[in-house]
Amino acid sequence: MRGFPDGESMIVAEELTKIFDDFLAVDRISLFVPSGKVMVLLGKNGAGKTTTVRMLTSILRPSSGSARVAGFDVVKQAEKVRASVGVLTEHHGLYGRMNTEEYLQFFGSLYGLSARESMQRAVPLLERFDLQVARKKRLSEFSKGMRQKLALVRALLHDPPVLLLDEPTSAMDPESARSVRDAIVQLRKQGRTVLLCTHNLAEAEELADLVAIIHGGRILIQETPEKVKEILLGAPEFEVKLARPLDAWPSGLPAGVTLRESDGDRARFYIESPAQTNPHFLRWMLEQHLEVISFQEVPRSLEQAFLELVKERESGEVYA
Amino acid sequence: MLDAVRPALIIARREVRDQFRDWRIIFPIIGLTLVFPFIMNWTAQQMLGFTREYGATIVADRLVPFLLMVVGFFPISVSLVIALESFVGEKERGSIEPLLNTPLKDWQLYLGKLLSSTVPPLVSSYLGMIVYLAGLMIRRITIPEGGMLVQIVVLTTVQAVMMVAGAVAVSLQATSVRSANLLSSFIIIPTAFLIQWEALVMFWGNQNLLWWVIVAVVILTFLLVRVGVAHFQREELLGRDIDVLKLPWIWGVFRRNFTGHARSVGDWYRQVLLRSLPRLTLPVLLSAGLALAGIWAGINLVDRFIVPTSSSTPEKFRESLMQLFGADSINQWSLARMIFFQNIRALLIGMLLGVCSFGVLGVLPLFTTMGLAGALGRAMVIKGLSLGTILSSLLPHGVLEIPAVILATAAVLQLGAVLLTPTPGQTIGEAWVAALAEWSRVMVGIVIPLLILAALVEALLTPHIALFFLQ
Ligand SMILES: Nc1ncnc2c1ncn2[C@@H]1O[C@H](COP(=O)(O)OP(=O)(O)OP(=O)(O)O)[C@@H](O)[C@H]1O
Ligand SMILES: [Mg+2]
Repeated sequence: MRGFPDGESMIVAEELTKIFDDFLAVDRISLFVPSGKVMVLLGKNGAGKTTTVRMLTSILRPSSGSARVAGFDVVKQAEKVRASVGVLTEHHGLYGRMNTEEYLQFFGSLYGLSARESMQRAVPLLERFDLQVARKKRLSEFSKGMRQKLALVRALLHDPPVLLLDEPTSAMDPESARSVRDAIVQLRKQGRTVLLCTHNLAEAEELADLVAIIHGGRILIQETPEKVKEILLGAPEFEVKLARPLDAWPSGLPAGVTLRESDGDRARFYIESPAQTNPHFLRWMLEQHLEVISFQEVPRSLEQAFLELVKERESGEVYA
Repeated sequence: MLDAVRPALIIARREVRDQFRDWRIIFPIIGLTLVFPFIMNWTAQQMLGFTREYGATIVADRLVPFLLMVVGFFPISVSLVIALESFVGEKERGSIEPLLNTPLKDWQLYLGKLLSSTVPPLVSSYLGMIVYLAGLMIRRITIPEGGMLVQIVVLTTVQAVMMVAGAVAVSLQATSVRSANLLSSFIIIPTAFLIQWEALVMFWGNQNLLWWVIVAVVILTFLLVRVGVAHFQREELLGRDIDVLKLPWIWGVFRRNFTGHARSVGDWYRQVLLRSLPRLTLPVLLSAGLALAGIWAGINLVDRFIVPTSSSTPEKFRESLMQLFGADSINQWSLARMIFFQNIRALLIGMLLGVCSFGVLGVLPLFTTMGLAGALGRAMVIKGLSLGTILSSLLPHGVLEIPAVILATAAVLQLGAVLLTPTPGQTIGEAWVAALAEWSRVMVGIVIPLLILAALVEALLTPHIALFFLQ
């Protein structure tokens, strides 16, 4: 495998477009996921996430545009791309008449692994996802979440440097979902690159190094989660709590700090570039002899940002 | 080579193993292998006894190999069910997508599935035939001779592949086993006819003809497999079922390809029509070759059959020709119209035949027209007419008609070829509508105008020129 220096993009899509007969499903999407990062692809049903993933795994041929995954062109080097990505598809479609071991050995052999190698790799994965008890169980007897976990084991079996996971936790109980999220964190630690489609915004928030929001086949925004929130919801908000209520806040706030509301012993501020502004602001409050008990950022969720963006989109506002 | 086939074998092995876990497949196969041959054995014996009473042993002799073919055919009919399950069922259940994500090549997947749907039924069919033959031997009935056995085994094998390849070809776009089942009647019915026809050939006892049937089935099978390989592709496998005809879309694709964004008729001729003609070079060459072959066939036909039986003297022939060309009785305009519609009808039928046969049968109008011309010319030579006379009665309109028919045939061949070749970035439906648009373009832009002219010349001009030479 080619070595990838830190920061070089393992997934690069440029102007990727897919037209089904007469329907524009994906419209000039450009994506960059650096090596060892997790990108979460967010979007409503039918936004084009699965179609994008399918183009990145060389299953669907782009109508126009190009993409490289793990350094290989998805059109010209399709087989190499497929050998270097692990894909969890939206529908897992397992073979009901096989058992877990047979199933994994079958897929292993398609990647050139012997039955023994397949099992050597599969056992730790099965243990991690709590499936080791089901090694001889027929897949038709699996529950939905178990199927999803097995599909994930299959996707990891050939040890791919790039993972494309389409809604990996959608059918899982909280515990399993947790173990999948932990697995993703660990995969990232091992330097793998992950593209993750999900409708679970808390999950996105937890895992994402980068977030891309796709709507109607277009990428609306592609940034770190913090940046996404800042862009969509404005400057971050901080709350100050004082020891005693205040009639009015002293004037002359430092540059970059705007009072949003104050109510007795509490006040909220918009602060632009907190990294630079906050130390000044703190010093200023001490100079004003304000008795500060706590000073903290008001948590904002990606969910808020996502809903905001989609609402904006749908009411016709164009996001630059 | 073996390395390239290995993934296909992995797929095949898995699917065969799966089949053997399904009693709905196992039971019929066992029944058809072990029980059915005995029934046929018994039937054969009864028939032999019955016919011997009446001295019609020949019928019974022919019946023995025919029943062998039936014994062989029943198990391979199961292959159709397995194939639809394997090719379409996997799509329906969504288990195909993980396979598509592996480094498998499309043809390896196709081959694997083709093997898994044909090998078990074929093994069962061979076993059944062995059981049947063994039964015959035990009952001391003479078994068919070696050549015939080989024919039956080859035919059974090829037909199994043909049915599977055919079922896959027609159900490429199907995403449910239900719709694939509906479509597979397009395979079952013709195959049933084929078998009946083969039975006839067998009863007729013409072994050579049976070999030709085998050659034809092999070619057809090859074409069907080619269609399958060309279109059993990742891109098309995840497509949607086309169970509703999207007429506006079809019309849109057709119009876009037909007009090609031309702004005026002149523009259309220069930018669209003439530019697309080079694509037809190969089919045109092929058609031209066929035209020559047609002439040759026509000449041959006359030499072999007409001459010895024809009793008319050269004088009489000349007279009848003069009558034909000099006939004032019919209105020449309506004659022109008749000729034109005759030609158009022939070409349309050729197109329809071509569509049903990957273009192959689309050459029939060209072939017969040229055959007729060749035969006519040859007949005239034999009757001692001069070269000038002959050319003058064939060439004036032929110069227009022949290129028109060659071009139309080439476009039909192209239409058939579309099914046999993958078209990147287009679904099979889109590629086909585009090819149909191209055919229409060639028809409207070149062939129809030429045929109109040719008909006018043939009705109004040729008779005068020919009469001039005849006198
Ligand atoms: N094979 C196909 N043929 C025609 N249209 C398709 C095909 N596959 C997807 N589409 C359409 O493309 C659009 C995008 O579909 P896609 O599956 O990529 O959405 P998604 O973002 O994954 O949605 P979800 O969140 O529901 O999984 C949808 O409108 C869908 O109907
Ligand atoms: Mg999806």
